[in-house]
Amino acid sequence: MATDTARLDSDGAATLRVATRKGLFTYQQQAPGQWQLTRSAFIGDPVSMLLTDPRSGDRYAALNLGHFGVKLHRAEPGSDQWREIATPKYPPGAGDGKDGEGVSVEQLWALSPSGADRPGTLWAGTIPGGLFKSEDRGDSWQLVESLWQRPERSEWFGGGYDQPGIHSICVDPRDSRRLLVAISCGGVWETRDEGDSWRLLGEGLRAEYMPPEGVNALAVQDPHCLAVCAAAPDSAWIQHHNGIFHSADSGVSWREISGVQPSSFGFAVAVHPQDPATAWFVPGVKDECRLPVDGRLVVTRTRDGGDSFEVLDSGLPQQHAYDLVLRHALDVDAQGRQLAFGSTTGNLWLSENQGDHWHCLSTHLPPIYALRFDPAAAA
Amino acid sequence: MIKVSFTPNLNRHLSCPQQDVVGDTVAQALQMVFAGNPQLQGYILDDQGRLRRHVAVFVDGQMILDRRYLSDRLQADSTIYIAQALSGG
Repeated sequence: MATDTARLDSDGAATLRVATRKGLFTYQQQAPGQWQLTRSAFIGDPVSMLLTDPRSGDRYAALNLGHFGVKLHRAEPGSDQWREIATPKYPPGAGDGKDGEGVSVEQLWALSPSGADRPGTLWAGTIPGGLFKSEDRGDSWQLVESLWQRPERSEWFGGGYDQPGIHSICVDPRDSRRLLVAISCGGVWETRDEGDSWRLLGEGLRAEYMPPEGVNALAVQDPHCLAVCAAAPDSAWIQHHNGIFHSADSGVSWREISGVQPSSFGFAVAVHPQDPATAWFVPGVKDECRLPVDGRLVVTRTRDGGDSFEVLDSGLPQQHAYDLVLRHALDVDAQGRQLAFGSTTGNLWLSENQGDHWHCLSTHLPPIYALRFDPAAAA
Repeated sequence: MIKVSFTPNLNRHLSCPQQDVVGDTVAQALQMVFAGNPQLQGYILDDQGRLRRHVAVFVDGQMILDRRYLSDRLQADSTIYIAQALSGG
């Protein structure tokens, strides 16, 4: 059992949790503009994903131990004790359909709560592409066979990793049975019956890396990150390998947003929880050059559904910056005011005014994999 | 008896003291270990029961050959050492 160092959370303080290559770090707001690192856990271990469940306040941390595999830990509200719980596991013989060998969880890459009407249900996305469901707060997991057995899975392939992976799981706040799931590289999938059946979506997405006849094939798309507006779930955004896309019809069709300066390439997207027209991105040069354009680290923001973008650079380094922001390393809080992002260089920035100005919380963290603000209701 | 011991690095994550077990193969010996410590199995073997890529098992000082089925034979007084392979970083 691991124990967080330092003290427990203060009551009601805004909290940001940061998963890194070498541990999990908690920052708390002491006063406007003042954030302090108050806790650390799993020091030395890679933390690939984290979740604070808005329904219960339970906290989850997924580890990817280099030698000993993927592990999942849970801490209860108000507790500083982490306890290892069950890890999603592929059943015997579950193969990738290619070499006849069974597969094993390589990374827990997405972790999402179901709705308030299903208080114990969690969804987990993994590399090599399996979706898992738990109905008991992670004490046990089942592979969602209906997606795993889809014939289109043979078309999936790795994007950044050797094998495909599920990195985005968006549960419709209006209906817990409906999920949008995004896969690199395996497209966008929807279930309306809580995983009993699936539909492959993504009309309008574009995969330049494919041969010309496969550019618009749905099952090979590489959505780097998919985010849905909580208050208007029919509106969804994708930061795709080949640009920025928006859907106004629940992910059925997508409009490419072109001409975004300095670049529309990147990994992360965050959407305002109340305003579906407002979204943030952290651009890089392009796929084979994953750096800020001209060494200037900026965030781009649209407030009009992608018709125009602002370049936000106040407080960010404007020369010799080599930061890459991974797909889970940008987040916006439940009020849509505070944002944070962290880079593979171990730099962490936070804004309290929607990105108008950023201040640096650290320049010496380990490489940052993911970060999340605690939901307002969490303990 | 067969003695099974573990890299101290595993103790960072869970308790795994040296154990005495019986068995004709590495697989049989480890199954006895896992029966008393189920959580340990996921640290040594992957989802399909193979030895994890970055874990090494030595029997009487020799690295085992069968990482898939762990069928390497044991003597009645063999020692098994579960090591953290350097390939894991």
